[in-house]
Amino acid sequence: MGINYLYPDFEVVRNQDRCISCRVCERQCANEVHSFDEATGRMKADESKCVNCHRCVSLCPTRALKIVKTDHTFKENANWKGEVIQDIYRQAESGGVLLASMGTPKDYPVYWDKMLVNASQVTNPSIDPLREPMETRTYLGQKESVIKRDANGKIITKTAPQLKLEIPIMFSAMSYGSISYNAHKSLALAAQELGIYYNTGEGGLHEDFYQYGKNTIVQVASGRFGVHPGYLNAGAAIEIKMGQGAKPGIGGHLPGSKIGEDISKTRMIPLHSDAISPAPHHDIYSIEDLRQLVFALKEATAYTKPIIVKVAAVHNISAIASGIARSGADIIAIDGFRGGTGAAPARTRDNVGIPIELALASVDERLRQEGIRGNVSLVVGGSIRSSSDVLKAIALGADAVYVATSALIALGCHLCRTCHSGKCNWGIATQNPELVKRLNPEVGSERLVNLITAWNHELKEMMGGMGINSIEALRGNRLMLRGIGLHETELNILGIKHAGA
Amino acid sequence: MNGYHQRTPLEGEVRIPSGCAISGIISRSGKRFSGREAISSIAVMHDRSNGLGGGFAGYGIYPEYADFYALHVFYYSSEAKRSCEDFLEEHFDLINLSKIPTTKHHAITDEPLIWRYFVTPLPTKLASSQLDENEYTARCVIKINREIDGAYVFSSGKNMGVFKAVGYPEDVGEFYRLDDYEGYSWTVHGRYPTNTPGWWGGAHPFSLLDYSVVHNGEISSYDANRRFIEMFGYSCTLMTDTEVITYMIDYLHRKQGLSFEEVANVIAAPFWSTIERKSQEEKEVCTYLRNTFASMLITGPFSIILGFSGGLMALNDRLKLRSLVAAEKDDRVYLASEEAAIRVICPEPDRLWYPSGGKPVIVTLEGQQGGQDGHQLPVSGL
Ligand code: SF4
Ligand code: SF4
Repeated sequence: MGINYLYPDFEVVRNQDRCISCRVCERQCANEVHSFDEATGRMKADESKCVNCHRCVSLCPTRALKIVKTDHTFKENANWKGEVIQDIYRQAESGGVLLASMGTPKDYPVYWDKMLVNASQVTNPSIDPLREPMETRTYLGQKESVIKRDANGKIITKTAPQLKLEIPIMFSAMSYGSISYNAHKSLALAAQELGIYYNTGEGGLHEDFYQYGKNTIVQVASGRFGVHPGYLNAGAAIEIKMGQGAKPGIGGHLPGSKIGEDISKTRMIPLHSDAISPAPHHDIYSIEDLRQLVFALKEATAYTKPIIVKVAAVHNISAIASGIARSGADIIAIDGFRGGTGAAPARTRDNVGIPIELALASVDERLRQEGIRGNVSLVVGGSIRSSSDVLKAIALGADAVYVATSALIALGCHLCRTCHSGKCNWGIATQNPELVKRLNPEVGSERLVNLITAWNHELKEMMGGMGINSIEALRGNRLMLRGIGLHETELNILGIKHAGA
Repeated sequence: MNGYHQRTPLEGEVRIPSGCAISGIISRSGKRFSGREAISSIAVMHDRSNGLGGGFAGYGIYPEYADFYALHVFYYSSEAKRSCEDFLEEHFDLINLSKIPTTKHHAITDEPLIWRYFVTPLPTKLASSQLDENEYTARCVIKINREIDGAYVFSSGKNMGVFKAVGYPEDVGEFYRLDDYEGYSWTVHGRYPTNTPGWWGGAHPFSLLDYSVVHNGEISSYDANRRFIEMFGYSCTLMTDTEVITYMIDYLHRKQGLSFEEVANVIAAPFWSTIERKSQEEKEVCTYLRNTFASMLITGPFSIILGFSGGLMALNDRLKLRSLVAAEKDDRVYLASEEAAIRVICPEPDRLWYPSGGKPVIVTLEGQQGGQDGHQLPVSGL
């Protein structure tokens, strides 16, 4: 037997002068880090259990706590870093796949941060959004390619089904199961108030949430959990999930321990059975199969709902997207490799897929070259962190964006990246009723509404600065972007010039 | 790239914002008049141009060749002329060809060879292309401009013609002897580009088939519009606003069959809040047009005068960020950037008004249908 000693990543620093032994931290920590030592009359901590979620720090009434990164170290080695060594210890011990959650923490280039935005000076006035109309309404769905008129010469205004968004931002798929009832409710309430959409993820739709159907996108994934005619018709659109940015090429796994009564009912699977969605859809081994599923879903909903096909950003994404655009799908959602997840194999999350910025740029360009950009709308996600990311995505060619991690952070997530443990102290990625009730859906939805409203204000401010007063004039308007510190190849793929050029 | 220009970078190699002056005159009864009034009108707005481009479009000027496409071409070498003429012979019947008459003018220099051809598509070629003659001709023009170095077709409509050069517009009018032409409508443009490429092809009006556009402004939607319209076989080689606006109008009016009123509802679409207040039927149409052609919305300041066979349309951006005045006297309608440019040729108009942002002024010859719907009033959008 080897001795695999893993030194804790964090130290719990308690200022004993401030601590009043109120034991709040003890009650708040589902990981059982804190405890009261009867012998000394003092609080103590087992930092080996700490995930650095800041719950105790945030609730300590005397600000006695802080969590610091340990300075315990291996002998420095640029190649064999501490985390690499520790991962090997872990796997030597367990023989298992390393699990992780949320988006990859690795230091890959973030192209959003390497693009700068234009503004008007002299030749063209900027527009003040406080004084002039500034429009962010967006319709998602197929656009007619030929105008048709009736016998009297009037334009026939019937279109393929569309999603109407007052703000070009939607909450992307997070299943009931991977996140809590209260988290789902917060998203649904907020989507309704904002005039946008949230997405059920692959876990079906809880019966309490059918009332938010007008603002709901229902997902159909490879496991087909919770899919039935009522579900398909409950939402405003249906999303076929082919892949997810955090784990392209593999399916999902919700452990039986999380499949309680409610979730088992919603997913239509036995209590406490593992919910395993297969890596591929077993009825889709090729593009023509996808077309059949698209039309099967359209038939099932009498052609009243747009069909979204969600794919992970992988190497040949533009060819894939071009295939999807010809499959009858109305909207393509592309999820970049920095996107979040409730649980994924760490190696997949950290190494598979490509950044959304590059995927978006090449897909938009490819669809235009083929003259089929109007066949579909493009929605992108995979780490949209701010309104300027939204703006840049739209300028590169997206119709709208999907956000998930940002939404969870608004709900209280502190990005501790241990969602897969099911012990989220913020009541988000957990099914433990004691933890779930920490998240108040009314408060949660208000925070989400605040966040998206604030982003929309910022979006309008920047659009006005460029002299653009409608979002459609920003879409694909790449002249409004310049690269900073990018190579020729990167600039070519993004279809933008370098700053100063 | 092209070896024929004097200064770099050229139009098409960089994007050049410009400020400008525009003017347009039409006789609704179709009475023809010389280009002199357009020259006088634009001369008043001298300060709105900087001598780096001026031009005119006249409609009804070639009645004796009304059924043929009149191609006006700049050549920067005899080689270019030879290849272009070879191409034309291959695709068209050449009914007549000549140099366009000009007068030496001290302020107009570096002129290229300027030729005019009256042509009609070769019937066999046209049939095998399976295109209508407009589309056939448009594609040939785009091909010449894209592929023959040193040749540039700057006018290609029937019974109309564009005349343009580097210089102040009033000088350009003298240079082309526009006193000698008579048309039922004229538009004119004086240019104020913010840098100095000085290429004749870059002057305005920009024209394709019988559409010609003069434009004042700098649109902020340029790249969104360009990347969208290029899906339909156009290529925006000049990188100017006017070029992309002309292509969008060609696409919407000629290819999609929208009326000019409907075209205005796309490129200067009403705000959603305005659409909301319309009648149910109008609301549906406006929503449909705005959504279907979302990427053809133009934002940022512009005022344009569009010339077409049988009429003119003036249009401002939705916020009216550029000046535009209209006036009426007897059978004439006048449109210009400044009131003074109208009063100099029509001191006492019957009516003078400032069209609101996003509301087109469409003027058509009496007895002529202005748009697809055929219900166009002689003057609308007041
Ligand atoms: S919450 Fe703060 S004050 Fe209370 S026991 Fe914990 S560390 Fe001490
Ligand atoms: S959702 Fe909860 S468990 Fe997951 S990263 Fe956020 S705070 Fe941690």
